[in-house]
Amino acid sequence: MDPSRGLDAVGDVLVRDGLVERAAAGSIGAPDGAEIIDCVGTVVAPGFVDVHCHLREPGREDVETIATGARAAAAGGFTAVCAMPNTDPVTDNQAAVGFVLRQGLAAKAARVYPIGAISMGQKGQALAEVGEMVGAGAIAISDDGKPVVSAHLMRTALEYTRTFGIPVVDHCEEPTLSAGGAMNEGLMSARLGLKGIPSEAEEIMVIRDILLARRTGGHVHLAHLSTKGSVELLRWGKARGINVTAEACPHHISLTDDAVQGYNTNAKMNPPLRSADDAAAVADAVRDGTIDVIATDHAPHHYDEKEREFADAPNGIVGLETALGVVMTKLVSSGCLDLPALVDRMSVAPSRIFHLAGGTLARGAPADITVFDPTREWVVDPSAFLSKGRNTPYAGWRLTGRAVCTVVGGRIAYHIDPNRP
Amino acid sequence: MTSTLGKDLLAIEPLTADQIRLILDTAEPFKEISERAIKKVPALRGSTVVNLFFEPSTRTRISFEFAEKRLSADTVNVASSGSSVSKGETLVDTARNLEAMRIDMVVIRHGESGAAQFLAERIESTVINAGDGTHEHPTQGLLDLLTLRDHFGDLRGVRVCICGDVLHSRVARSNIWGLQKLGAEVAVCGPRSLLPNAIAEFGVKVFDRIDAAMEWAQALNVLRLQLERMTAGYIPSLREYNRVFGVTSERLARLKNRLIILHPGPMNRGVEIDSDVADGPHSVILNQVTNGVAVRMAVLYLLAGGRPELAEAAKSGAVRADR
Repeated sequence: MDPSRGLDAVGDVLVRDGLVERAAAGSIGAPDGAEIIDCVGTVVAPGFVDVHCHLREPGREDVETIATGARAAAAGGFTAVCAMPNTDPVTDNQAAVGFVLRQGLAAKAARVYPIGAISMGQKGQALAEVGEMVGAGAIAISDDGKPVVSAHLMRTALEYTRTFGIPVVDHCEEPTLSAGGAMNEGLMSARLGLKGIPSEAEEIMVIRDILLARRTGGHVHLAHLSTKGSVELLRWGKARGINVTAEACPHHISLTDDAVQGYNTNAKMNPPLRSADDAAAVADAVRDGTIDVIATDHAPHHYDEKEREFADAPNGIVGLETALGVVMTKLVSSGCLDLPALVDRMSVAPSRIFHLAGGTLARGAPADITVFDPTREWVVDPSAFLSKGRNTPYAGWRLTGRAVCTVVGGRIAYHIDPNRP
Repeated sequence: MTSTLGKDLLAIEPLTADQIRLILDTAEPFKEISERAIKKVPALRGSTVVNLFFEPSTRTRISFEFAEKRLSADTVNVASSGSSVSKGETLVDTARNLEAMRIDMVVIRHGESGAAQFLAERIESTVINAGDGTHEHPTQGLLDLLTLRDHFGDLRGVRVCICGDVLHSRVARSNIWGLQKLGAEVAVCGPRSLLPNAIAEFGVKVFDRIDAAMEWAQALNVLRLQLERMTAGYIPSLREYNRVFGVTSERLARLKNRLIILHPGPMNRGVEIDSDVADGPHSVILNQVTNGVAVRMAVLYLLAGGRPELAEAAKSGAVRADR
């Protein structure tokens, strides 16, 4: 299945020297000596790309390394991931970008593309050396979980990146509204006595930065949209031809703030889980393509860090190894999203928006291929994750759909254990 | 053995009306013990209770301690200053260490919502929530219910208004759930900046004006206004708060109906409540304090596995809670 060429047929894919030689309906006929992977009953698609994950290296190698993250990605069906710069030290210069790239290559799993910081030290003040970072291999810039408070800095970033043609990835949060908040503001936060984060904290920044993209012509990519209002504002911006794209996370589609009940710190993330109305609106925007991309916001944390009082626990959950199963189960099985659309949101669209090679099985493209079984049932067991992180709200969930083989540059980066249930 | 209340008392929201009535009924015979010359019965003899207070508290801690001692439990007080808690030990480590010393119950006061539940899920000992963040303060809610029941007999249809900073009040949440379960009509009144945005979904009436609330209500539960709310920008000044939302004697004098006034303490006299109201004939504030000991005795007794029908006999020293 290759939505980049409108291809959806039973056929063969021939890979040679790390590149796709041919992918077409019907039998191609294997050349002598070719290794054959039998994919009967599965979907062979251009490799999935996660444009939003946290690999924690350098700085927190105890919770994840680039190698463990890249292997977890491959196990989840991702042939490439984009690593956020909120490391210690921050990825805000060309040397740091080179380090991430080098560790990614050494991992020999999913490809790892570095995202550089917008501002030095993610401090929201001075613009980082964007040109040098791009020269070293950065494919986007973002201050990640630190909202860009200064509208002037965001404007400058959107203008300056036009030279390099990279997106500015935007964590939309108005910090004076969200300050001290631990979950979505609503009935559940009022019942639990936890300070809420209103939807407007996200939406105010969504519209600010859509307007700045209109002013500057820069490309703003809105990360992890979680509210119905954000979706409406995004539609408004796209209808006017503004250079804005967006992503949604599996958890904002599949869970609501009800999951926080019992002070479950594995249901704590930023932006927080919202209402059922919000989740439905986000899912619908993924369906119709208003939200271009599904991204994980994979955020591993140490067990001890989540094992504490809710307000003190860090934000984030792991997602690389559950994303496909959750999206398949919640969106595809329910009929909301068809398989070509799923492959588009997880492969074709992210590759196009972030200008990455891949997202297609056209001749000459890198042989980044995800083979997944859309009917395979499995139960989420965090202890079996290849990620070091175990912080997931999906433990024990029965999911349908799983990657069985992940090929990166013609090399098998992951192949499911056939003996595993 | 498992008590009729389960292992812990963490909140009023999950309790049934029958469980609440059981606690209040059990508290009745315990009231008398505190009136005796020798204020002690052996119901919890041999049980060890730790009062684990991560926030400063005088009233609640002393009330629990009296309740424990009057039931003959052995008690230890751990306050956040001067313990390993202030050295950065996590809550779960503190709890496990206490448990390793073979204790039976922990009474916990903590600044974070959910802390009591967090503890209860990780230790086998019984946990009693003495106030967690802005979530619940169930024994305060129960003693308020007991005080109201003393006055009205039956709470069905009784109109109670909770006044003040509902947003940050654990007392408010415990009161709302408890009153609703016992059939009372509940309202809240306060500046909208100190009410949860979703307050209407609690099934309570909302008054913007304190005068209208006082006209409607048969009882007011006036919450303490935390002084830091002003510096955090929720209200302009304490003076203005008193003028717009204060339960003043002028407002009380204008009423045709009679109402009773509760306050969980400690009071800011001249802010949310005037002194002559707090000290006047409408006030049942000190009854609340007296009832607090009886309610906490009932909770300790029931959670320890004490059989409610034996509470009367336990008073005489004939029965011990069966653990």
